[in-house]
Amino acid sequence: MTAIRATNLSKRYGGTAAVADLSFDVEPGRVTGFLGPNGAGKSTTMRMILGLDRPSGGSVLVDGRPYAELRHPLRKVGALLDAKAVHGGRSAHNHLLAIAQSNGIPAGRVREVLEIVGLREVAKRRVGGFSLGMAQRLGIAAALLGDPEILLFDEPVNGLDPDGILWIRTLMRKLAAEGRTVFVSSHLMSEMAQTADHLIVIGKGRLIADTSVQEFIGRSSQGYVRVRSPRLAEVAELVKVGELHPDHLRVTAMSTLEIGALTARAGIPLEELTFVQPSLEAAYMELTKDSLEFSA
Amino acid sequence: MIDILRSEWTKIRSVRSTVWTLAVTAALMVGLSALLTGSMKSTADGPVNAEQAIAGSLLGIMFAQLAMATLGVLVISSEYRTGGIRTSLMAVPQRLRLLTGKILVFTATSLVVSAVASAAALGVGLAITQPPSLPTNDVLMAVLGATLYLTACGLFGLGLGTLVRHTPGAVVAAIALMLVLPQVATQLPGAWGQRIAEYFTTNAGLLLVGQSNSETLGPWSGFGVYLIWVAVAMIAGAVLLRRRDA
Repeated sequence: MTAIRATNLSKRYGGTAAVADLSFDVEPGRVTGFLGPNGAGKSTTMRMILGLDRPSGGSVLVDGRPYAELRHPLRKVGALLDAKAVHGGRSAHNHLLAIAQSNGIPAGRVREVLEIVGLREVAKRRVGGFSLGMAQRLGIAAALLGDPEILLFDEPVNGLDPDGILWIRTLMRKLAAEGRTVFVSSHLMSEMAQTADHLIVIGKGRLIADTSVQEFIGRSSQGYVRVRSPRLAEVAELVKVGELHPDHLRVTAMSTLEIGALTARAGIPLEELTFVQPSLEAAYMELTKDSLEFSA
Repeated sequence: MIDILRSEWTKIRSVRSTVWTLAVTAALMVGLSALLTGSMKSTADGPVNAEQAIAGSLLGIMFAQLAMATLGVLVISSEYRTGGIRTSLMAVPQRLRLLTGKILVFTATSLVVSAVASAAALGVGLAITQPPSLPTNDVLMAVLGATLYLTACGLFGLGLGTLVRHTPGAVVAAIALMLVLPQVATQLPGAWGQRIAEYFTTNAGLLLVGQSNSETLGPWSGFGVYLIWVAVAMIAGAVLLRRRDA
């Protein structure tokens, strides 16, 4: 069954549409990136999935039902929205215990998740003193408490150091490999390129793309061949279709093989002949350039 | 529901503000009892009678009520301040069940602490004043009344906290409704003015502990009127909790 299904989902605040007529499915067994510039409506959508905000129109179902109808929802869905949204006076252990008890999750599971996220040593410390990285781990521990099939993470790597980013990335891949549904939002394409299998891209609350990462790259822009040579001007004359830059030639209409054969016949030495994959970042910028809320 | 009660109990017992507000409640009750009955005893010509002794012992309730109301506010407003309310509602998406859990756990906590604080305040006050005769019924009624009144004040705070969602705003609302406006109301002119004053929040509620006067309301009917105020705040809060985005 589809883990999350949004159908014509809309949310208006006053006269502004934060989310407009958004439909998508999130499937299990893979990491689905939820991508869009800041202010695109990602967090609003996540809050609607979790029953925190009421849609102005349309609906969103989790495992076929509205979230609010789930009994013991944390055993089905785990979510990390805002890592700093915890009472600073409570210890990590008590914070998780209160959440676990509300869904009939045994207290032993609290120790397990603290172990998984590497916070066992600081379980008794007040979370007010936690660094952002530790708070993020605590939020992930809370999401994992009910051993849920569906996981939502809202900008989980924001403010993390490289170690933390790598850890979260690995964890998300592992959770998806276990057959779970992982739905993770980010405004950073580069981050998604390394984590996601599938992308749902939105801008200004509307769906821009719902596609695999590979397709996403292919659809928006092409790759090119970069050629460097001490006799670059001659190469440019030879291939004719290139675009000459100060230190290299950029060719889109010919393959490396064709260019190589051509220059070899002419006896021109080459320093570099590379096919350059278009970056996901570039593809993303291209697609969302019309939907940036604020642009420089 | 039992799951939610256990969770709310963990929440309320695991923050310092609970311990502080409850300690302040008890300290105000006992401390002011000692202070006031002490001065009563030293200024009185003859022996202090039971009625005066009990009233003097419970005078601290005027301040303790605000500490309880503050705890009531914090039970929910602290979750709004930190954003933890979202975590709570993700765990318990049936919002009224969550609020019911908070009400029940807070009520139980408050009843126990208020009973202990009231009994201690009376014990200290009566030991100092040494009234010549002491009807047991009056003492028990005083403890019961103070316990129920303080708990109702806490629930008033919880209702206001749910409504306002903002700690300072809700505490100010509680002070205004429980302390300032009841005093202002007594200045209203005419028979209607007097009636409004008598029915106004704590003016009615305090009848149960003999700290207020009324020509039309008795101790229990006065407390009943106070509970209606509490219920109105709670229901308004509950309706908005259901309707608003978290």
